[in-house]
Amino acid sequence: MIIDLPRFIAAERPAWVELESMLDDLAANPGLTLSLEQAQRFHFLYQKASADLGRVATFASEPELRRYLEALIARAYAELHETRERGARWHPLRWLLVEVPAVFRRQIGAFWMSLLATLVGTGFGAFAVLLDDEAKAAIVPPQFAHVLKDPAERVAEEEAAGGGRLSGVHATFAAQLMANNIGVSIKALALGMTWGIGTLLLLFYNGVILGLVGADFIAAGQTTFLLGWLLPHGSIEIPAILVGAQAGLVLARAMIRRGDRAPMSARLRGVGRDVVTLMGIVALMLVWAGLVESYFSQHHGPKLYPMKIAFGAVELAVLIAFLSSAWWKNPRAKA
Amino acid sequence: MSAAELRIRTPEGITFAYPLAGPVTRCLAWAIDMTIVLTVCVVISSSLGAFGLVAPDLIQAITVISFFVVPVAYGVAFEWFWRGQTLGKMMLRLRVMDADGLRLQFHQVLMRNLVRFADLLPGCYLVGGVASLLSRKAQRLGDLAAGTIVVHHRKPAEPDLEQLLGTKFNSLRAHPHLCARLRQRTSPDEARLALQALLRRDEFDPAARVALFAELAAHFKTLVHFPPDVLEAMPDEQFIRNVADILFRTSEPKVEAA
Repeated sequence: MIIDLPRFIAAERPAWVELESMLDDLAANPGLTLSLEQAQRFHFLYQKASADLGRVATFASEPELRRYLEALIARAYAELHETRERGARWHPLRWLLVEVPAVFRRQIGAFWMSLLATLVGTGFGAFAVLLDDEAKAAIVPPQFAHVLKDPAERVAEEEAAGGGRLSGVHATFAAQLMANNIGVSIKALALGMTWGIGTLLLLFYNGVILGLVGADFIAAGQTTFLLGWLLPHGSIEIPAILVGAQAGLVLARAMIRRGDRAPMSARLRGVGRDVVTLMGIVALMLVWAGLVESYFSQHHGPKLYPMKIAFGAVELAVLIAFLSSAWWKNPRAKA
Repeated sequence: MSAAELRIRTPEGITFAYPLAGPVTRCLAWAIDMTIVLTVCVVISSSLGAFGLVAPDLIQAITVISFFVVPVAYGVAFEWFWRGQTLGKMMLRLRVMDADGLRLQFHQVLMRNLVRFADLLPGCYLVGGVASLLSRKAQRLGDLAAGTIVVHHRKPAEPDLEQLLGTKFNSLRAHPHLCARLRQRTSPDEARLALQALLRRDEFDPAARVALFAELAAHFKTLVHFPPDVLEAMPDEQFIRNVADILFRTSEPKVEAA
């Protein structure tokens, strides 16, 4: 029992001030690592402040002191009980070459799921346009009205224009593509919080549009144009959106996973880093895809198609090699 | 855990609580942030407009990118560098924290800002608002995904004791053992009651003021029996001022010169 409060405060205040000072240092330098002696001292001060709060709590007519100690202990608790990897310096190259492929492979199940949803949508879109000519007009949203044209007509127009249609607005077009596609990927991620239903619907719808346009051009005998038009940017853009959806489905799986005794909040916490890593690579891929689509994909002509198709194929091969190469495997990756 | 706060019990047996922010306060903070974001975007757009004649395509591209990046980057950058606060949150004294009371990590900040897209659906933060109303920890979907909460970071406004209690001589302090006993026997509610009565004394009718302080003085006199000569000729209100002085001011004030 504290009998003489002023004496108690006078005796304990130096320890509180010392603890506060250590906390300020840790806050100011996120990369700061305490030596063993410092860590022991920090732990001692934390326990001492906890004990003091316990004493003050029974001596309750000191609300100001109690609030001060509670705030101090809350800060120290956050530092002391944080067992997750401390803010180690971020190495972009290591992140790109080691962490991204490792995370992608660790969550590969969600990627297959997003690929499957897209393929189902693609099949549906292709089937719909081959079965019924009116399907295109019914399904295609107003912003893609240009694909409603007859494919042969469209090819003739594009080839006649060469690449001049975007002359002077390449950068703006690239920026619009990046913003739009990254926005779609973020939506695919965020909709993972609807137990994945929203993400799967988004993928299915994207697949429908893709299948519809693809089948329409192929049926019209414009396969070469289609590949030359889509492959240079699509070989990166479409996988990027699939990876964004993969991140959303990772969230969804953490929400609905049965048989795991951990609470949902702990499961979501467990996949947070992976999801953010996946979204990081999605952003990079879509910046690249936007540049390619604006500056390269829109140039049309029979002489260009082989080069464009080869370029797209090489991009896809590099992407697959990057995401699947075994020697990049992160040794600390979860089993 | 009550609906309005998150209590965390440490392994040392100490409990502390974070008051959770409600949807209305958070909505106001978001409105302030959006106003700032829009202003920044308009300023960028206007200032770049001057260079439009030199490189119109590039300027337009930067404008498009900035309208997309600024809203996301604003939340991420401020919450990371200001430890869970944006300008709107700071104005309303809110702070984003880890739901377990641990340090906020970068991936949590990024996640809650990316999943905001789902919270905004179908418009006006409807999904996020409903989610935070239904959540025990008042979490929107972004908070749930990131494992974060938004708390009131309001440092309780401490009364200006110097002004309230003055620096007049407190005759009760001449009996330190009784002062210690008074602190020991007074509950937090009783202490707050005395302080509130003093803070609001000018709001009462004269008769009610006299009656209130008489009642309070009678109560505190039952907790500790000060010598009759100390209490003699001390009005009830003065007695309560002296009691509050002992309870809330741990060091003896410098007595003003006569």
